[in-house]
Amino acid sequence: MGSSAEPLVVLEAQGLSIDFPADGGAIRAVDNVSFTIREGERLVLLGPSGCGKSSILKAAAGFLKPSAGSIALRGRPVAGPGPDRVVVFQEFDQLLPWKSVRDNVLFGLKRKPGLSAAEARDKADAAIERVGLSRAANAYPHTLSGGMKQRVAIARALAAEPEILLMDEPFAALDALTRERLQEELIGLADSLGFTLLFVTHAIDEAILVGSRLHLLSAHPGRTVATFDVSELGAGSWGSPSFASVSDEVHRILFGGAGRRAPRSAAGQELAHV
Amino acid sequence: MSDLTAVWRSVSQRRDERLPIRPRWRNALQSPALRRALILALLALVWEIGARIQNNPIMLPSFSQTVAALLDGVTAQELFASSLASLTVLLKGYLSAVALGLALVSVAVANRFARDVLTTLTAMFNPLPAIALLPLAMLWFGLGEKSLVFVLIHSVLWPFAVAALAGFETVPETLRLVGRNYGYRGPAFVAQILIPAALPALLTGLRLGWAFAWRTLIAAELIFGVTARQGGLGWFIFQNRNELLTDRVFAGLAAVIAIGLLVDGLVFRTIEAATVRRWGMQK
Repeated sequence: MGSSAEPLVVLEAQGLSIDFPADGGAIRAVDNVSFTIREGERLVLLGPSGCGKSSILKAAAGFLKPSAGSIALRGRPVAGPGPDRVVVFQEFDQLLPWKSVRDNVLFGLKRKPGLSAAEARDKADAAIERVGLSRAANAYPHTLSGGMKQRVAIARALAAEPEILLMDEPFAALDALTRERLQEELIGLADSLGFTLLFVTHAIDEAILVGSRLHLLSAHPGRTVATFDVSELGAGSWGSPSFASVSDEVHRILFGGAGRRAPRSAAGQELAHV
Repeated sequence: MSDLTAVWRSVSQRRDERLPIRPRWRNALQSPALRRALILALLALVWEIGARIQNNPIMLPSFSQTVAALLDGVTAQELFASSLASLTVLLKGYLSAVALGLALVSVAVANRFARDVLTTLTAMFNPLPAIALLPLAMLWFGLGEKSLVFVLIHSVLWPFAVAALAGFETVPETLRLVGRNYGYRGPAFVAQILIPAALPALLTGLRLGWAFAWRTLIAAELIFGVTARQGGLGWFIFQNRNELLTDRVFAGLAAVIAIGLLVDGLVFRTIEAATVRRWGMQK
């Protein structure tokens, strides 16, 4: 990387369109969406339900084939799923119930070439420690709370050291307090590790907190409406005037009305419920 | 202050004394194992009294006579050899059926036509008691172990295949995505994701198959018994009935029940406790 040049592009989507088969034809879920994510950047896809944000993430992960356009990881077109793009899902059952916390994290490392068993174990333990679950390393997932399960999923993704982390509303199934804790922890991890992140959510506050850039999408079909640079607004900026003005602006763009601010402890502004 | 404490202690002690204390035998009845043992003892008692009133050991030997037959050295030895013979044949049929079932199901999971074939076959053969195929098996394979194994495979294959197919088809989508995401495909995907995720259903199928196989084998051995040198348990029962050694017939029946319960309660329950229950996949 040159000292003056911009960071390298990790993931690039160009003219991305995604169709789903429906009776008698196809329904367009995503229409001509383009974005680039550079090293260390945290791009948030934000929009109401039906804007195709999860489909875009699935296409980036290689689970879905776009009907037009392209997605490339470091210049190579995405052909299928792979451990260089690890997904953290919303569902708690993304953990393998038959493996302990440590073995779940190790599961993500086993297919990594040139990694000895001892190295893998060290990496796994380090990742578990990073999310504060060292005490529960030998526990089975069914004994953990929802928040702990999502922490394990994040640890597993971090240990695999992917080029880019893909998160599909990872905190949506958590209660408000746990969600807030995990958002802060994620921002802390991002600051210390500097990973590249594609994050999907429908909560405006979460998007501004977690993201360094927002990509707003409209629904039916998903189209790009606007992009925001919110890299200045991280943990601790919630409630500040600049945070509020961005939040209002996002709300105005997505709904055309004035922003309605709810107290943060009530789970922030969730588009689906407004 | 200390006076108050003393008063309080005496009052609370008195209250403790006044609490209705459950008799110890009532507490013991809370244990299911003990209750079951009690029921068994009661049944044995009824049996013993009934047999003594009837007083015809050829028609109905008493409980004590049956126990005596079980403990008799010669009978015990014969019973052991017969059980071993039965279990050997059973294991051959059971294991080949499970292997065959897994092969069929893996093809069925991958291919829609194969799945239709499998579901049609299982629907067809499920209502057919495997033992009904024994005459045909004897015609095809003769009076020997082959016929028994053929019938055993039929008794295990279809119920196991149904359970296994259902198990594989209900593996959560998220788990499949996670497996593919971390680069697992082909055999590694099957071994690391599909089989463990389907394990509760697979164990149910194995358990069901075992119950069917055991009953089918004993019934088949009653029709023709001797394979190789040693007859099985069914044959033991049949032969002793011919010689009117009814106490030994009862001993044979007791052995059938005991082995059936032992495998189910010990083998399968232990496997379940060590796997699906421990992992919270089954309550």
